[in-house]
Amino acid sequence: MRRLHPFWLSLALITTAYLLFWLLLLGATATYSTPQACWETLMKPEIRYATGLSLLTCTVAAGFALIIAVPIGYLMARCQFRGKALLDAALDIPIVLPPMVIGICLLIFFQTPLGQVIEGVVSFTYTIAGVVLAQFVVAAAFAIRTMRGTFDHLSARPEEVALTLGATRFQSLWHVALPAAKRGMLAAFCIAWARSLGEFGPILVFAGATRMRTEVLPTTVWLELSVGNLDSAVSVSLAMIAIAVAVLVAVRATGEKV
Amino acid sequence: MISLENISWKAPGAGFSLRDVTLTIPDNTYAVLMGATGCGKTSLLEILCGLRQPDSGKIVLDDRDVTHLEPRGRRIGYVPQDLALFPGRRVRDQISFALQMRGQKDDHLITQLTIDLGITHLLDRLPDLLSGGEKQRVALARALAAQPRVLLLDEPLSALDETTRDEAMELLRSLQSKHALTVLHVTHSRSEAHALGQLHLRLEQGQIVHL
Repeated sequence: MRRLHPFWLSLALITTAYLLFWLLLLGATATYSTPQACWETLMKPEIRYATGLSLLTCTVAAGFALIIAVPIGYLMARCQFRGKALLDAALDIPIVLPPMVIGICLLIFFQTPLGQVIEGVVSFTYTIAGVVLAQFVVAAAFAIRTMRGTFDHLSARPEEVALTLGATRFQSLWHVALPAAKRGMLAAFCIAWARSLGEFGPILVFAGATRMRTEVLPTTVWLELSVGNLDSAVSVSLAMIAIAVAVLVAVRATGEKV
Repeated sequence: MISLENISWKAPGAGFSLRDVTLTIPDNTYAVLMGATGCGKTSLLEILCGLRQPDSGKIVLDDRDVTHLEPRGRRIGYVPQDLALFPGRRVRDQISFALQMRGQKDDHLITQLTIDLGITHLLDRLPDLLSGGEKQRVALARALAAQPRVLLLDEPLSALDETTRDEAMELLRSLQSKHALTVLHVTHSRSEAHALGQLHLRLEQGQIVHL
């Protein structure tokens, strides 16, 4: 039998320790409550509402994030222009900003005259649309990063050849680049979706935590914890873990076929 | 006829440039362009087909100034060195791409091209499942389906073995004659240049030298 080199062995040990740490965390959470108690919690009307609202708003936010991420990612990957490094850094701002700060920024913006005009058309503050916007602001930054990486890894040459074959820039993007970027688009959507599912700070500040109105699953965990109901908080957390794992498995399973 | 008049271009950040390149290739001529690696041959082809804008100079095709025309308005076919087949598109879709972009359908043209290039049996294949020689034929068919006046070939035979290369050279010669094409073929191979070229050019220190 081939002996594993000590270098690789040490790296494997670090990986195993890290995975074990996570398995212990998840295992402890999973065994905290009984399946019966979990089921009863998840069937409560307010938690069913929060689950449904989470699934809906995450999907809408991830959809909008992808719509924004494709053109921005393509621009950043294919175009050289002055100030590109600055724009690149600016696009990452939502990733590095503390979540609560994003919520405050949104709240303040909608108090300005321009924000008030927008509010007159679609009401965002303390509404479901606000939940989607708060999720979108952060999720879009992750989707943009993923799409930029995808286009960076795809050769621009087929798109250039398409131009010589009579395509416009838009047709070259639509008919050549996007079909080639299918897997990246799916990954960007899933990352944005998963990020939206875990979003809490901006939603709490900007959309509030009103039961049966703007309550999403992370808000439920916080609400249940704030009244000392640890069993319910754990049950909802387990549901979120299950959803996240399901998304991960779905991406891995379909990723090879897309 | 292709005519380049005092084309100058400097590669951003690179150590080479094209300086006052002046060149005329008559209609229906098979021209071969040689030159050292990295001397700007590919850039010259890209300037010709409109993928790069020259810093100065003029490009004239059939008495028409196309210098500022978009690539799609030039009717120049381009087969790059890596062939650049469209990922995930079947051979049939690759070849009919140009017609699709024009909103046209011409089954006869597609059938004739696939027969001429011997790729009828490959129509439903994806690029990943093609050999180097097959990919090269598909790329040629895709370029010819746009019915170009001029065909630019960037080292199209470099990835082929000797037998396939001989067949491909014969194919290129017959296609040029059949479609009455003006061809500019970039190569490093003297034998390829000797076998195909009617006009022999060399790019040296950013300028064209007739051989």
